[in-house]
Amino acid sequence: MANSGHAAHEGHDDHHGAPKSFWQRWVVTTNHKDIGTLYLIFAGVMFFVGGLMALVIRAELFQPGLQFVDPMFFNSMTTMHALAMIFGAVMPAWVGLANWMIPLQVGAPDMALPRMNNFSFWIMPFAFTLLLSTLFTGSGAPAGGWTLYPPLSLQGGDSFPMAIFAIHMMGASSIMGAINVIVTIMNMRAPGMTLLRMPLFCWTWLITAYLLILVMPVLAGAVTMLLTDHFFGTSFFSAAGGGDPVMYQHIFWFFGHPEVYILILPAFGVVSEIIPAFSRKPLFGYESMVYASASIGFLSFIVWAHHMFTVGMPLAGQLFFMLTTMLIAVPTGVKVFNWSATMWKGSLSFEPPMLFAVAFLFLFTIGGFSGLMLSIVPADFQYQDSYFVVAHFHYVLVPGAIFAIMAGIYYWLPKWSGHMYNMSLAKWHFWLSTIFVNVLFFPQHFLGLAGMPRRIPDYSVQFADWNMVSSIGAFGFGLSQLLMPYLVWQCVRGGAAAKAKAWEGARGLEWEVPSPAPYHTWETAPDEATIIHASPTGH
Amino acid sequence: MSSKSDSHDASTYYVPHGSPWPILGSVALFTLMIGAVSFMNEWAGGWSFLPGALLLAFMFFGWFTTVINENEQGMYNLQVDKSFRMGMMWFIMSELMFFAAFFGALFYARQLSVPWIGGDGVKIFNKLLLWQDFNAAWPTNGPAKLGGHADHSFETIKAFSLPAINTAILLTSGVTITIAHHALREGNRKVLGYALAATWMLGFLFVYLQGTEYHEAYTELGLKLSTGIYGSTFFMLTGFHGLHVSIGAIMLFIIWLRCMRGHFTPTRHFAFEAVAWYWHFVDVVWLVLFVFVYWI
Repeated sequence: MANSGHAAHEGHDDHHGAPKSFWQRWVVTTNHKDIGTLYLIFAGVMFFVGGLMALVIRAELFQPGLQFVDPMFFNSMTTMHALAMIFGAVMPAWVGLANWMIPLQVGAPDMALPRMNNFSFWIMPFAFTLLLSTLFTGSGAPAGGWTLYPPLSLQGGDSFPMAIFAIHMMGASSIMGAINVIVTIMNMRAPGMTLLRMPLFCWTWLITAYLLILVMPVLAGAVTMLLTDHFFGTSFFSAAGGGDPVMYQHIFWFFGHPEVYILILPAFGVVSEIIPAFSRKPLFGYESMVYASASIGFLSFIVWAHHMFTVGMPLAGQLFFMLTTMLIAVPTGVKVFNWSATMWKGSLSFEPPMLFAVAFLFLFTIGGFSGLMLSIVPADFQYQDSYFVVAHFHYVLVPGAIFAIMAGIYYWLPKWSGHMYNMSLAKWHFWLSTIFVNVLFFPQHFLGLAGMPRRIPDYSVQFADWNMVSSIGAFGFGLSQLLMPYLVWQCVRGGAAAKAKAWEGARGLEWEVPSPAPYHTWETAPDEATIIHASPTGH
Repeated sequence: MSSKSDSHDASTYYVPHGSPWPILGSVALFTLMIGAVSFMNEWAGGWSFLPGALLLAFMFFGWFTTVINENEQGMYNLQVDKSFRMGMMWFIMSELMFFAAFFGALFYARQLSVPWIGGDGVKIFNKLLLWQDFNAAWPTNGPAKLGGHADHSFETIKAFSLPAINTAILLTSGVTITIAHHALREGNRKVLGYALAATWMLGFLFVYLQGTEYHEAYTELGLKLSTGIYGSTFFMLTGFHGLHVSIGAIMLFIIWLRCMRGHFTPTRHFAFEAVAWYWHFVDVVWLVLFVFVYWI
């Protein structure tokens, strides 16, 4: 193997296995694999915390009337569910996958700035301790929605500054993580690993990292203005002093729209690895995938006001944001057609990663189509703040981003653990998830179109039937997720040995090192022939 | 600086050993945030910032000491050097975007929200029904005339008074740091020391003068953080800028001390350059700020 070089470790304490002590291994570590594992464990915990909150919401909505929780707590649940899932589950899961896979895929021994990598991870548990502890304050957790719109968010009690500072900490963590990804890809690639030989996961993460660096500070600025409006008498979002609450929405969504692409772009990367692997064909249109990702990244900066069509914007603004939003369908369409064309006449097999990737392809596209409906200004006036919006973004985030994360975990788990996992259990996980996720979210389209507003604990009886169906789907989906930690635990403990190349059709440098990947890899860079052999296009 | 062939030589890969500073930094940030929350919620006084701030300062001191020592022992190769450079560059980019949020607020208020409150275009009913007396001109503290003197009036700071002097000070400090950089590259340590000392002194002078400006604004002009949207944008932009100048001046002071100790060589001086980039960044932000906050 190419990773046997020893002399590479000038000034390093020279252990080639993992350190023995817990402190050295998990707390002060600079190893990208361990930090990746920490991120993934953290994301998994937050996924279940956020999931429990979702189940509180769906339990309350099982029937009309107030059953279990008071409306204020219900609102806290919608707010905290979103914050936990976006900042605690999906983003850290992607950073965890980036940590594990990007150095392996570009032929680097580690991330470029390993101590900062450790810092960006360890900020997260503290940030979430701060955020989740708001549940125990007298005033309750933030209840004004994860977007924290003023003036409502400014009426929060003790929990308000806690949420703001937690967001600041998460932002600092994300920025450091993004800097690390960019520098790793730009400075640590093995000789011969040209940009257009990189796997698409690296490409989409690179674009994601640029988005993160450009918008996380804007979120920090927006919530800082909330803080000073609340505590120090500024008037940014108060018309009495010459400001405007709508200005907050503009600044927030200038962050928020790129943010949703931060959640989905790495998913495009993962799916672009998995579909070719299980179609046993190179990715169709590799370069167009790169350009499409970059176009989506660029367009994400000029569409933000489609989240706020009903605030009373000038007509020119509405038209501009409608048309730019629709334009995103073009590069996204390029991707969907490329994935389909990759499968066309391929020698397909449906192992768990492929099942999740194919489900992603269909179900994410449904979310994309409802997004296109929402981009039409006059139609959006009807859909705004309805359950149709809830259905839309849950389709792109759950069977979109989260299915892609699961696909990635099922794809790379043999590489991490060195064992194959229980295939039939993973397929059970897939089928239960896919069936229940549709039972859960598809009826929400009907509810929204029939006029049910989002973020309410009680509703008119006409919405009762589909809400009950949706809640059944929610509990089915939630319970099915318990299979996954069990399966991962089982796989880490043992199982059939995984080959270096765990999947027959897989490409990428990560499959050129043994399974499990040794503690240190690519201390000696792979040679160009290996890189070309492993590249997505084969040249 | 770093030549391509070196930076990709496989034998130059370097992964630092584990370090306790990041976890301490996380604890420090958490402590600082708890302190800030306690202060804002009036659970505790201003002292509550202290434990977190001290821990954070200790962390920065310790982390940088470790890195500087490792660097002085020659443990960092050109690839690491380049990683540091790129990291600093993107950090500055993120800082620029932080300021962009506040400039965005300023432009939005001046171009959109204030004219709309004054009844511009289709927002005519704001004028007819809500605020007949409001004159939508910049500077403003809004239709409710928030803050200011007892009669709710306020004055602004004239661009071509102290702010113009401050502009000259920052621009001069941009020149002196460039002189210092050239001296460093030519191995002229004496000029390096003087020029760098001049730079950090100018930096602290700027901060001091901003302090006197704030004092005047609060005590004589009726211009406060709470003086409507003008006071909000004025103090948030100049305040965050001043904070960054202070940080930059402290960093200049530290690399000056390092220069005095004989650190840096004509070819290897990443920390110097990083601070210089940062200094130019606060300079550029100031120029934009001078034009849009003070001048027009």
